[in-house]
Amino acid sequence: MASVHGVRCRECGREYDVAPIYTCEWCFGPLEVTYDYDEIKKTISKERIAAGPLSMWRYQDLLPVDRNPALDLGAGFTPLVRADRLAAELGLGELWIKNDTVNPTNSFKDRVTSTALSKAVEFGFKTAACASTGNLANSVAAHAAHAGLRSFVFIPSNLEQGKIVTTAVYGGNVVAIDGNYDDVNRLCAELAGTYRWAFVNVNLRPFYAEGSKTLAYETAEQLGWEAPDHVVVPVASGSLLTKIRKGFGELYKVGLLDEEPHVRISGAQADGCSPVATAFKSGSDTIKPVKPDTIAKSLAIGNPADGYFAIDAVRQSGGSIGSVSDDEVVEGIKLLARTEGIFGETAGGVTIATLRKLAQEGVVRSDERVVAYITGHGLKTIEAMAPTVRPTAVIPATLDAFHDAFDPSLLED
Amino acid sequence: MAVTLRIPTQLRELAGGAAEVEVAPGTVAGILTELESAHPGFRDRLHDDSGGLRRFVNVFVADEDIRFLQGVDTVVDDGQTVSIIPAVAGG
Repeated sequence: MASVHGVRCRECGREYDVAPIYTCEWCFGPLEVTYDYDEIKKTISKERIAAGPLSMWRYQDLLPVDRNPALDLGAGFTPLVRADRLAAELGLGELWIKNDTVNPTNSFKDRVTSTALSKAVEFGFKTAACASTGNLANSVAAHAAHAGLRSFVFIPSNLEQGKIVTTAVYGGNVVAIDGNYDDVNRLCAELAGTYRWAFVNVNLRPFYAEGSKTLAYETAEQLGWEAPDHVVVPVASGSLLTKIRKGFGELYKVGLLDEEPHVRISGAQADGCSPVATAFKSGSDTIKPVKPDTIAKSLAIGNPADGYFAIDAVRQSGGSIGSVSDDEVVEGIKLLARTEGIFGETAGGVTIATLRKLAQEGVVRSDERVVAYITGHGLKTIEAMAPTVRPTAVIPATLDAFHDAFDPSLLED
Repeated sequence: MAVTLRIPTQLRELAGGAAEVEVAPGTVAGILTELESAHPGFRDRLHDDSGGLRRFVNVFVADEDIRFLQGVDTVVDDGQTVSIIPAVAGG
């Protein structure tokens, strides 16, 4: 059981007891879970974690969930893959890919959903809900089905077909909204005030967001309990990036890292929805919302409320926030697939293309141990790739046809 | 006809528990001033020390974020709805 103090406003510092609340009563600032790290330090250990489940729940001591076992479809403990071939292409040294495409519903959202709905069951909610750009919809529908909760997931109606089918299959309610994600989000904020439902990324958000910390815990454990020098993280709301940073810091606070980590954090956005990158580059403290227009729909949040904290984390850590065009996104997906055998969705393409750009600019350096986070599977956004990849040859089933189709030099071992 | 102003849960106590109040047409700034006169306390909750809207307060006119319109100078017509909504990061 985690030693949770309560929740605290990130803006004005007002404190509240643990409850399904998400904004400060006073200033509307977002709330964040706080812990008694000295208490956690007394019991947590590398051995205790190693003896835990092969999922994110091996780190339950650092998560705001009392229920044991938690609602667990097996999210987390995904592979950390050494990416030497990609590193060589990018002129980097030690590069790792955290392959979060292999979660139960094929994105990192299973981590936050598992956390939020475990808490929702503790709170006694009967209905799970969310506003989603697609990946979260998959995850909430699946976890709700497993837990026997009713579900309502709200998505923009222009989502990829794959994400709609892989949500609706779980049998809950899927509501497609005629609008973009920010429209969906606003509606859900109003619905959350109307119905007593567990909106995982609205009224359960303080708990939900904590699930992303497990990406940092796993990375450190898989590196032999060491922190990387530099991480590259896709940015939509900005929450994932800030929680990965929080996760590395917590490992030191509870004694699992010997030295205080100084992880440089860099963010990745698509040009067609880059409000955080734009504010970072201009040195501004104000994030101007945008109307998204990009194939990276899972990152298409035009009004990213955690963007301020993401910019703070990047600035304090000495990282950067880059953005890339849709063509570069497609090339990034191909590059990762071709060099490492990992097929990421468009957000993964954003991350790899941005990593390439930051490496060219000398921001990500060849003397650093670098981790890039690939947060969703390419099968979810197959529309983005279908026009650009095809069979090498289409031929009848004869040897002659095969030999006609290829230059002999291509066929030698 | 008038303008309907929708109040988020955490501020309803300031308006005697009401989820909506009716106000006269005008700019968003004017409407918020009128709200403060009718129900004192809103100004401190919605504005920071510099007098601007707090950065986690979002205001919508006819379902459009006023940052895409003319900010607090956006004119609200008869029959339109103004919503005050806490920023939710989503994702």
